[in-house]
Amino acid sequence: MRFRSPVHASDHQGESLRLKEVKVAENAEIAAGIYRVTFPRAWDFIPGQTIALTTDSAIPARYYSIASGCRDPLVEVLYDLVPDGLLTPRMALLHAGDALLCSEPFGAFRDGEGASLWIAAGTGVAPFASMVRSGSGADRTLVQGSRTLAGLYLRGYFSSVLGARYVPCCSAEREDGVFPGRSTAWISGSELPDAERFLLCGSSRMVVDARDALLARGIPFDRVISEIYF
Amino acid sequence: MAESLFGATLQGLGRVAAEAGLPAYGARQLSNWLYRKHATGFQDMLNLPSRAREWLSQHYTVDTPGPVKVTESRDGTKKYLFPAAGGGFVEAAWIPEGKRATLCLSVQVGCKMGCLFCMTGKQGFQGHLSAGEILNQYRSLPERDSVTNIVYMGMGEPMDNLANVLESLDVMCSPDGYGLSPARVTVSTIGLIPAMEQFLEKTRCHLAVSMHSPFEEERRRLMPVENVYPLTDVLAALRKRPWGRQRRVSFEYIMFNGVNDTDRHAREVARILSGIRCRVNLIPFHPIPATPLAPSPRETMERFEQELKRRGILTTIRQSRGLDISAACGMLSTRELVRMRGEQE
Repeated sequence: MRFRSPVHASDHQGESLRLKEVKVAENAEIAAGIYRVTFPRAWDFIPGQTIALTTDSAIPARYYSIASGCRDPLVEVLYDLVPDGLLTPRMALLHAGDALLCSEPFGAFRDGEGASLWIAAGTGVAPFASMVRSGSGADRTLVQGSRTLAGLYLRGYFSSVLGARYVPCCSAEREDGVFPGRSTAWISGSELPDAERFLLCGSSRMVVDARDALLARGIPFDRVISEIYF
Repeated sequence: MAESLFGATLQGLGRVAAEAGLPAYGARQLSNWLYRKHATGFQDMLNLPSRAREWLSQHYTVDTPGPVKVTESRDGTKKYLFPAAGGGFVEAAWIPEGKRATLCLSVQVGCKMGCLFCMTGKQGFQGHLSAGEILNQYRSLPERDSVTNIVYMGMGEPMDNLANVLESLDVMCSPDGYGLSPARVTVSTIGLIPAMEQFLEKTRCHLAVSMHSPFEEERRRLMPVENVYPLTDVLAALRKRPWGRQRRVSFEYIMFNGVNDTDRHAREVARILSGIRCRVNLIPFHPIPATPLAPSPRETMERFEQELKRRGILTTIRQSRGLDISAACGMLSTRELVRMRGEQE
């Protein structure tokens, strides 16, 4: 997941980021414009947490949610290639063994006890992927939205682990077993599972729309927790 | 398309002056024309050699588009709508109050932060404003000469567009720019810590932090940023800094009925602000469409104010202004955006 700031990459850079070098294990385009980079895990983290990454100390770091499980040997991060961005075009060129600068994990986007509904779009699925891979998938329903079928990252994995509690939604392509439309359309027109909490992750537009759709269905706002790319 | 010189700092103008073949003092001459004499084109800049003026006209513009719409409240508040270069609109609010007149500026078209109570967030994020576009809300304001205070509290999160905000502040507060005292400029943030630290390092302007709840879990529901930059970390970052006598940090607290307006909240606000020389501004909530939140009654706000004051926190209740002209930030521009999209369809 990427916290975007397309014009001025330096905006979030500051003295509070302490970056250490890690070596890339793998870096590949997994769907058009969506990349997956992995590197050895050097610290513990809580699923849902974020790290800052950059290729070079001269290029301001950006924040990404961790997509791997908390016990996996490799840390996995998903990122969208922003062609006119400062960082991601460089990240896209990384090969195994290349250096990447990485902060320690931080952030508090977390789930709790009881059932919950997770709603994600694009690379916003990363924190939920981390939670499922860390063994927190029980009683969770994941609604994953994407414009294209190829953008439904980890679809096979989610389907096998979550079964009927995995709801892929695709707005631009059709396929059996995939809800035809945006995740917000699914929220508005489907029977919502009994859930204590509703966790949302994606672009601000997606999160605000999904939150509004939940509120319109009568879900109290204090049961909705959002994580937004910025 | 030629780039606009409006919004360039003295340093930037120095580079342009050199390209134009002007002497070293040419940057100051350009700055003087742009920000003191409010030139609308290079032809106005009569103390520059004609060849330099011609060169500048070929390569740059002085783009300062006026507002496309204005609405005026019965209380004198005016909201101006400015077009943004990348599409969409931003709002600037002029708020006269006795001898004081505050201009509230926008820094982004839309916003990424997704706060539950904010209308601007419902537009999504459409783009950053350049330093020139931020400054133009002041430059092109009909009441410009009567502005006493400027607050960066309109659309968008200033710390998410820090480079342009810093450039605009440079021009705003530089003696070669508009020459406003930094003590008359306040920049707000929801607490993007690294950028906030840079802002505090690089300017002398006041800071206003949006708090809205002292409790982490509750604040997470109101403001998604709490997941990444918890308020406790924001306060820790503020405590580390030296605060001179001239500079002020304030905490903005919109009051929602039955949500964040209890005595328990007041006590916790006072507790977490202990040791920080600050003030708290209690703000009446201006409801937005389909919001689950409602404004706290006036008497609740007064009780909250008294509780904070009793615990030694300088506290004020902001007056509601412009209620009859879509006071909530983002309402006017959202309406205009919806209208424009409707016409396009």
